[in-house]
Amino acid sequence: MTTLLEARRVTKVFGGGLFDRGPTLALDDFSLAIDGDRPSITAVVGESGSGKTTLSRLLLGLTAPTGGEVHYDGRDLQAMSRAEWRAFRRDVQVIFQDPYEVYNPFYRVDHVLTTPVAKFGLASSRAAARALIEDVLRAVGLRPEETLGRFPHQLSGGQRQRVMVARALLLKPRVILADEPVSMVDASLRATILASLRRMNAELGISIVYITHDLATAYQISDNIVVLYRGSVAEAGDVELVVKQPRHPYTQLLLSSIPEASAARTWMADTAMASAAVHDATGAGCKFAARCPSVASRCREAAPPLFQTDRHRAVSCYLHQDAPRLAPEAMVRAFAEPVAGKHSGGA
Amino acid sequence: MDRLTTALGYMRRNGSLAVGIVLLLALALFVGIGHLVVDTSKSRPLSAPALRPPSVEHPFGTDRQGRDLLATMVAGTPLTLRIGFIAGFLGVGIGSVLGFVSAYYRGTVDTIIRSIVDIGLTVPGLLVLIIIAVSVKKGLTVDQMAIIVASLAWLNPARTIRAQVLSLRERGYVEVARLSGMSGPEIIVKELMPNLLPYLAATLVNTVSSAILASVGLEVLGLGPIDSPTLGMTLYWVNFNAALINGWWWWWTAPLAIILVVFLGLFFLTVGLDEIANPRLRRAV
Amino acid sequence: MRDLRVHYATPLGAVTAADSVSFGLRAGERLGVVGESGSGKSTLALAILRMIKPPGRIDAGEIWLDGVNLMTLSDEAMRRVRLARIALIPQGSMNSLNPVMRIKDQISDALRDHGLAPSRRQVEERVRDLLESVGLRPEVADMFPHELSGGMKQRACIAIAISLRPRVIIADEPTSALDVVVQKQVMETLARVQEDLGASVILVGHDMGLMAQFVDRLGVMYAGRLIEVSPVRDIFTQPLHPYTEMLIASLPSLEQKGTFRGIPGLIPLLRDLPPGCAFHPRCPHAVDRCRVEAPRLREIRPAGWAACHLR
Repeated sequence: MTTLLEARRVTKVFGGGLFDRGPTLALDDFSLAIDGDRPSITAVVGESGSGKTTLSRLLLGLTAPTGGEVHYDGRDLQAMSRAEWRAFRRDVQVIFQDPYEVYNPFYRVDHVLTTPVAKFGLASSRAAARALIEDVLRAVGLRPEETLGRFPHQLSGGQRQRVMVARALLLKPRVILADEPVSMVDASLRATILASLRRMNAELGISIVYITHDLATAYQISDNIVVLYRGSVAEAGDVELVVKQPRHPYTQLLLSSIPEASAARTWMADTAMASAAVHDATGAGCKFAARCPSVASRCREAAPPLFQTDRHRAVSCYLHQDAPRLAPEAMVRAFAEPVAGKHSGGA
Repeated sequence: MDRLTTALGYMRRNGSLAVGIVLLLALALFVGIGHLVVDTSKSRPLSAPALRPPSVEHPFGTDRQGRDLLATMVAGTPLTLRIGFIAGFLGVGIGSVLGFVSAYYRGTVDTIIRSIVDIGLTVPGLLVLIIIAVSVKKGLTVDQMAIIVASLAWLNPARTIRAQVLSLRERGYVEVARLSGMSGPEIIVKELMPNLLPYLAATLVNTVSSAILASVGLEVLGLGPIDSPTLGMTLYWVNFNAALINGWWWWWTAPLAIILVVFLGLFFLTVGLDEIANPRLRRAV
Repeated sequence: MRDLRVHYATPLGAVTAADSVSFGLRAGERLGVVGESGSGKSTLALAILRMIKPPGRIDAGEIWLDGVNLMTLSDEAMRRVRLARIALIPQGSMNSLNPVMRIKDQISDALRDHGLAPSRRQVEERVRDLLESVGLRPEVADMFPHELSGGMKQRACIAIAISLRPRVIIADEPTSALDVVVQKQVMETLARVQEDLGASVILVGHDMGLMAQFVDRLGVMYAGRLIEVSPVRDIFTQPLHPYTEMLIASLPSLEQKGTFRGIPGLIPLLRDLPPGCAFHPRCPHAVDRCRVEAPRLREIRPAGWAACHLR
């Protein structure tokens, strides 16, 4: 497996300056590798404070890690030459969460599409640029006549987000980082956008890192999943295994807290199994120890390593300490192989 | 034509803007028509009999040096305004460049510029201006006045524009622009500046206001261009000759009235522009 | 509520935010009002409390509470009704807590406003009781909002809402900014509080999953109209309106992976509604009648109402 985009034992600490309340550990020794040979969809799931936003900024090179490195195509982002950086900027694209903020209200939506075309020299003439833009708009299910020439406030949130997806497509990237792409979009439109992402993976071979707090959409779209809790990996692996048979107490708590949209009323019947979150997790030991119903004394002494409990899953919990250990950088060995074309395109 | 109707419609809702524009237009008309109708050479001393109250011949009366006051007003108002505009534009020009650069790049550049601005703002401006004005040996011209006032006028705009840009640079579209390959200066000019245009306009009007005030202040103290019939200089002569005590009311009424109109006009304009610049109002439905 | 109609006068013309909305709420019942953006659900919540501000206006309709038509009350009488009889937990209410006031002061403010603050000690006791009923420790009373987590702030808002023992609690997206684990805790608190008071709850939101698990009856809004009202179990097993059906089908499940089935087209802008049934451009079953005539809400089966020509 050749690695395309990789976070190697990355740690990110914020604050700790003279006037700050104290340093915050956003990400703690985190590793993730995106395979270059087989395009996959990997979900990173976490609630607020899990570090998922920090991770996306690190993977995009918008911030530098405090410890560890982020590599693209074998090169450390911090050590790249200008040309390598440009290639990185082309090959790794992002879709942000907020479809409102990403548009400059002064310009029409065309601006967000024409800029990368111009800056990266994607078209030789105005006509070619226009044709390219119209192609990608159609690829995400939008009609150019209805979209181009409009101001952002004239389009709906779902349309705006789809234009962002189209923009990501323009540069024919190899990886797309989707940071909560549908959380601010209406329910009926979410499926359409997610279907586009899946299609891009299946048909164009683009790997996707899908960062979200919504386990349901993560389950539907991804091959593998990483569950983050306060900057550390709780559980990772084949999404079918992690979601259907969660092993980490936090994953179990997360799944039991999701209200299912069905006629079966089981949600309120399960009383919450963990007490309310305490503020910053301090000290060594498992980050979830303060809330864990199965906590033992050794959980508070040292943070548990990853244990590979199944062929395609790893858990960071002492409950499974009999399973073989897995080094943090090797977490992806617990991932399932994405089967090309396994997912049907969808609407 | 369509744009004009929307503009007028907007002005009907934005009362302050309308009032401000009307007042300033009135002043412009006064000066414009004045130059056609009145002989501005009469604004020089010894052009008319001294100390005449308003009459048909001299509608604003005359002063002690024999200046026709109507002519003086017509000639002097644009001079005062010119000082204000030059100083205002220079001040906002320099201030915004420094503000943009400081806020966008942060780091050492920001610290240096910010420190200069902060220190500069604590120094009493009028005092500095007085010292500079006194040090200029030869007689001051109107343009030199403008430069002197401009030397301090850029401080406040630099600070306020910096604050605005600081908040704007965190916006999502700036990040997207960066990821699309835009360079720093490009982002400043193409992404940030257009969104700040209303704010810049409001700052400009504000700075022009302060500049006029500063220049009038200096002139009243006698530190202005002594031969020019600017509004401030007229007031200086009013003071010098104790016109108030002597009962020559027409001498000080005219310049004060015009100064009032200028400041009221600029004030309403600022309020009106603030309404446009206010982001809550700016966001279209 | 009968035939409620709210319109907003915007510079681009009148926009009907809610049209001909009628429904009934039983005592102790949990009613959900679900809709996407632009459906008019928040307008509905504000309208019940007559808190629609200009340029919005309630055009027509009646709202009856315990035999009194709220539309006929004076402003002063309506003010007394708010909080004492109908309480609102507004959207983003965590951010509507006064950042410079301690929690206990914010609660006692409400009590004092309604003339229910006889003595300082009684107020303190009441505040303590309220905080306990929402699962907050008594120390929270002396804290400022920024010292509390999101979930705690929301529970403080619930405490304020129930301080006068209202008959109806309207919760407008109470958990939309909260994590899923905290959301469950807050909703459990709301349920417990509601049972204690014997009050009814109107939960306004966009999360169908939350509705499915929390409410007894669910009303679905689309483009300002109520297009379906049914017991919640029936809605999920046999939805009556095509929009409801397609909406449920588009929701991602955790049971098994499937195809993504979004609803094609766009949600219509309230100022630019299509003629006839507002959903017809996106409806796969639309017939000619749908394009000209707007369907009225009718009882299709026992307790199941829908506004659709095809039923």
